[in-house]
Amino acid sequence: MTQIHTLTMPKWGLSMTEGRVDAWLKEEGQAINKGDEVLDVETDKISSSVEAPFTGVLRRQIARQDETLAVGALLGIVVDGEASDAEIDAVVEQFQASFVPGAGGDEDSGPAPKKVELQGRIIRYFERGEGGVPLVLIHGFGGDLNNWLFNHEALAAGRRVIALDLPGHGESGKQLQRGDLDELSQAVLALLDHLDIPAAHLAGHSMGGAVSLNIARLAPQRVRSLILIASAGLGNEINGAYLQGFVDATHRNALKPHLVHLFSNAERVNRQMLEDMLKYKRLEGVEHALRTLAGTLFADGRQQQDLRTVVQDGGQPVLVIWGSEDAIIPAAHGEGLKARVEVLAGQAHMVQMEAAEQVNRLIAEFVDSVQ
Amino acid sequence: MARKISYQQAINEALAQEMRRDPSVFIMGEDVAGGAGAPGASDAWGGVLGVTKGLYDQFPGRVLDTPLSEIGYVGAAVGAATCGVRPVCELMFVDFAGCCLDQLLNQAAKFRYMFGGKATTPLVIRTMVGAGLRAAAQHSQMLTSLWTHIPGLKVVCPSSPYEAKGLLIQAIRDNDPVIFCEHKLLYSVQGEVPEELYAIPFGEANFLRDGKDVTLVSYGRTVNTAMDAARSLAGRGIDCEVIDLRTTSPLDEDSILESVEKTGRLVVIDEANPRCSLATDIAALVAQKAFGALKAPIEMVTAPHTPVPFSDALEDLYIPDAAKIEIAVLKLIEWSKH
Repeated sequence: MTQIHTLTMPKWGLSMTEGRVDAWLKEEGQAINKGDEVLDVETDKISSSVEAPFTGVLRRQIARQDETLAVGALLGIVVDGEASDAEIDAVVEQFQASFVPGAGGDEDSGPAPKKVELQGRIIRYFERGEGGVPLVLIHGFGGDLNNWLFNHEALAAGRRVIALDLPGHGESGKQLQRGDLDELSQAVLALLDHLDIPAAHLAGHSMGGAVSLNIARLAPQRVRSLILIASAGLGNEINGAYLQGFVDATHRNALKPHLVHLFSNAERVNRQMLEDMLKYKRLEGVEHALRTLAGTLFADGRQQQDLRTVVQDGGQPVLVIWGSEDAIIPAAHGEGLKARVEVLAGQAHMVQMEAAEQVNRLIAEFVDSVQ
Repeated sequence: MARKISYQQAINEALAQEMRRDPSVFIMGEDVAGGAGAPGASDAWGGVLGVTKGLYDQFPGRVLDTPLSEIGYVGAAVGAATCGVRPVCELMFVDFAGCCLDQLLNQAAKFRYMFGGKATTPLVIRTMVGAGLRAAAQHSQMLTSLWTHIPGLKVVCPSSPYEAKGLLIQAIRDNDPVIFCEHKLLYSVQGEVPEELYAIPFGEANFLRDGKDVTLVSYGRTVNTAMDAARSLAGRGIDCEVIDLRTTSPLDEDSILESVEKTGRLVVIDEANPRCSLATDIAALVAQKAFGALKAPIEMVTAPHTPVPFSDALEDLYIPDAAKIEIAVLKLIEWSKH
C-alpha cells in the first residue's frame, strides 16, 4: 500500500525552535532507507543530519537550502509505493494549511528540567518518558545534561529516562567538598532517593562512566545494568593535554583547538558550542570545581582510579560503547572486559552525539534484554 | 534552559549580587533611591528609569542619593575609590559628562600613572547612552569615543542582558575606573541570563554569527541592528560575520583582524557621530593591519555629524538601521565584482 510520508524539521533538545537547512544529501527521485541521512540542518546549538524515519523515494525537497524553518515544518515528501504528483501536491497543501509553528512544543509549557536541593546543593535533572526500570544518563567532565540531546528523547520512547547535571556542572551547584568519584556518586544516589527509584540502569559517558562504575561498587543493589560510553575508570591513559587545555582555556581561540579533539567531525565545534562552553566556564565556582576534579581523578594526566574489577566481578550486565578514534580515552580500554563491547568505527569521544542513532539502538536493545 | 530577564533586571541583579558578595561595593548618584528626605517610598525612583529599584531596602546605607552636582558627587566617588571601597556611581545621562570631566579625565584615569602604579581607582560609572527615546540633543548622545580616547579608563557597552550582567560584575571587580555605557533602548530587551554570578573578561569580542562574506563590527545596541541586517542578507545569499566588541577600551583588535582576514570586507556600525570615532578608529586599524586582505573599501554606517534631532522622523533617520547596513554590505559585494 502506498504511503506518502512527510519529513519534518526535528526538535533536537528543549530550546530548539527552528533550524536552517544546510544542504540536501539526497536528490529528488532517489531511494532512501530508514535511518539514511537525508539533509543537514544547523541550529543555534549544533549541526547534524536529519535521518529518514521511513523507507521510500524522496519525491519532493520542500525546504530550500539556507532556509530557516520552525520545528515541525515540512522539509520533504517521501513516498513508499506509487503516488501521482497531484496526490503529493494535495498532501503538501493540506500540511501547509494546517501547520502552526511552535504549536507542538511551546517553550514555556513544554517539559523542562527541574531543580532540587539535595545534600545542601542544587541538582538539576530532566525526566522524560515513563515505565520500566528507569535509565539514568550521567555526562562527563565539563559536560551537562545537554550532552544527551540526541539520546534522551529517543531512549524515553520506551521507559523513564533521567539526565542530570553532576555537581560542579551545568546548572547544578558548583561547590565540591572532596571532588572525587564518591562525592559525585553520592549526588546521583541522592537523586535516585529523591525520585523514589530503588534501582536503575546507569549510562555514563567518559567521567560519568567512572561515576556509574563507582555507584555499582558502592551500592550494587541500586544498579540494574551499566552502559559505559567512552568510559573513564577502565584504564590509566587519558589525554592529559586535553584536560589541561580545556580547564585553562578562557576564550574561544584557546578553547577551540581542545574541543575539536572530542569529535570526529571538527566542524561540530561551531561558534555556538564554543560560546555555550565559555558561558559555563565563566560561572562562579566552575573553574575551581573543574580543577578540583581534574586534580583528584586525573592527576598528572593519568586516571587515578581503576574500576575494572566492578565489571569483571559480573555483578551487573555491562554494555561498553566506544568510538574507535577516541582521542581522549583510548578504545583499547574496552578490551578484555566481561561485557558486550561495541566499538564504532571512525567515531570519536562524543560518540553518543555523533552516532546518536546507533548508540540509541544499542542502549535500547541492551536495556530491553536486561529487563 | 536559563531563565529570561530584561537588560535592566540583569543590571539590577549584578549590582545586588556583587553588593551581597562584597561589602565594600555601594551605589551613589542622583535619584538612585530618589525618595530621600521626602514622604512616601524611600526608593521612589530607583534611578530615573528604575534600574536600581529595590536595592535601597536590601542594602541599608549603601544606596546613596546625591545632590544634583556631577562635579561634586563624581569627585566624591573617585575619592572613595582611591580609599579602598568600590563605588558604583551613576551619571544619569552620559550627556552630562562635561559637568564632571575633570574628575574622570584628569583624576580617576591618571592616578595609577601619577603614583607609579601604587594607586588603584576601582570605580564604576554607570551611564545611559544613545538615541531613540525622543529625548533630544542633550539626553541622547553616544559619547563612547570620548571615553575610549582617554587612556586609563576602561569603556564597556553591553549589547544584551547576558553581557550586561557579566560585564558589570567584571567592571565592579576591576581595579581601574570603568565607564559602563547602558543603552536606554535596551533596558526592556529580554534574554537568557544565568542566576549565578559570572564575569565576562574585558577586551574579548563576541562572535554572534559566523560568516564568510562580510564582517560587521559594532558595540552596544547596534550589535542587534547588525544581526537583523545579517539575517536579512542571509536570505539573499550573503553570509555576514557579526562581532560585538563588548568593550571599546580595551579593544579586541585580534578578533576584528582575524575576521577581516577571512571575509576581506568590513562594515563598522557605530551609533556615535563619525568624526574621531570608534568607526574611524577600527577602519584605520584594518586599513593599516589587514590591507592585503581587503577585497573592497571599508564601509562605515554611523550617525551623521549633527546633534541628535528632536523631530521623531529625523531622529529615526539619524540612527543607523538595518536597511543602511544592508545597503553598505551590498555596495561592498558589488564593488568586488568590478
